[in-house]
Amino acid sequence: MTDTSTYIAAGKDSDANVSDTVKSLRKRARELLESGDVKMVIGYGQGFTSTRAIPVFITSPDDADKLIFDKRCSYNLTMFLKKAEIKAMGRIAIVVKGCDAKAINVLLYECQVKRENLVILGMVCTGMGDPTEDKCADCNVYVPPIYDELFGEPVTNKQWNENTFQRLKELESMSREERFEFWTGHFSRCIKCYACREACPICTCTVCITDKNQPQWIPTSPHKLGNFHWNYTRAFHLAGRCIGCDECHRACPVDIPLALLNWKLIKDLYVDFGFIAGMDPETKPPMATYVEGEDEEFMK
Amino acid sequence: MTDFKPKTFAFICNWCTYTGADLAGTSRMKQEADFRVIKVPCTGRIDPEFLIKAFEQGADGVWVSGCHPGDCHYISGNYFAQRRWHAFRQELEFLGIDLRRLRFTWISASEGRKFADQATDFVKTIRELGPYDEFRKRCMDPEQVESTETIKSSEGGDK
Repeated sequence: MTDTSTYIAAGKDSDANVSDTVKSLRKRARELLESGDVKMVIGYGQGFTSTRAIPVFITSPDDADKLIFDKRCSYNLTMFLKKAEIKAMGRIAIVVKGCDAKAINVLLYECQVKRENLVILGMVCTGMGDPTEDKCADCNVYVPPIYDELFGEPVTNKQWNENTFQRLKELESMSREERFEFWTGHFSRCIKCYACREACPICTCTVCITDKNQPQWIPTSPHKLGNFHWNYTRAFHLAGRCIGCDECHRACPVDIPLALLNWKLIKDLYVDFGFIAGMDPETKPPMATYVEGEDEEFMK
Repeated sequence: MTDFKPKTFAFICNWCTYTGADLAGTSRMKQEADFRVIKVPCTGRIDPEFLIKAFEQGADGVWVSGCHPGDCHYISGNYFAQRRWHAFRQELEFLGIDLRRLRFTWISASEGRKFADQATDFVKTIRELGPYDEFRKRCMDPEQVESTETIKSSEGGDK
């Protein structure tokens, strides 16, 4: 495993600036590490600049005070759960917001993580970033749907309604030709770095379809042809699985609005099947089940 | 565009539609023939990847056909496929793909007539729409467009 100390910022907040929520989080993290219940706590720490938070991997109780939680903590840490190094650690604790907790539910449904290997430190979160990020406008999980311990004052979760998915409205009101221009224009910048895949907590395949070359389904060079294929495929492989954390968009170095592709699928599956990914670890996603007598009008 | 020979693919399930196509053939039903059939064991086997790949290879239209719901040889393959296409179609529409170039049908082994009608209708639709230059221009490199043109003209001979 990479030396985690390089990821851990030196600075510690003085006690005066720390909210009670973070204090209790730090206390609990310290207890968990001291008792040997968990090998590691994954959480947010102070970044190298004041505007950023970074992931911290805490293995020593003395470092528990490096944990922070504020408006900067928008990253989805559950992405680390798919890493072999983290899986090899055994039981760990992880700090999650509502959307991140959805990812844990999907991973549990897909048997990618073991529940007994996780201590889920749920944080109440009513929106990240300043100004608040797009993903938070459609948030229905201020309180995480799964947690072992909850930090922060519980609030009532919003329900999705007809005003949800506003961010798709602009694209949906375009003509088909305009949308095609919009997307192919954005895709033309894609450099095939696969940061979208790496940042995604749900992209758990050990060998991605784009890395398979017999047959070569997706052209690997970053030209027009492969770019359309890859970006469509990445989104569609997350149908009924994507939890809408927007990490793909955040990770994209050329700023392709990838999250919109995923939110379109989230919307369709919610409108047509009433399904929201990650609300619990048992419900079968619509792509993995069917109802007899269900007829589609597009089938001739 | 009456002399335009579209390049289209038909992904067809082995148990129902393929047999239906056989029936259309053995009954000598008149139909358009500008499509290339790719036989798959079940519509549930059709990864949406196939359909995108077909467009990438220069297809002007793609047709997918399988057993009616309830008739699947593998009991539920077509139900799963139907759900998949439900999401797939809407996502493609969102990406700006022309859905008129994508057709889904249920055709049973006894529906030779339906197969011939659908084949004719499908090919005619694509012929009217013309070549899918929009996709080729924006999603394929010039060299690739050229190479598919070469494939087209060299394959024209065996028609």
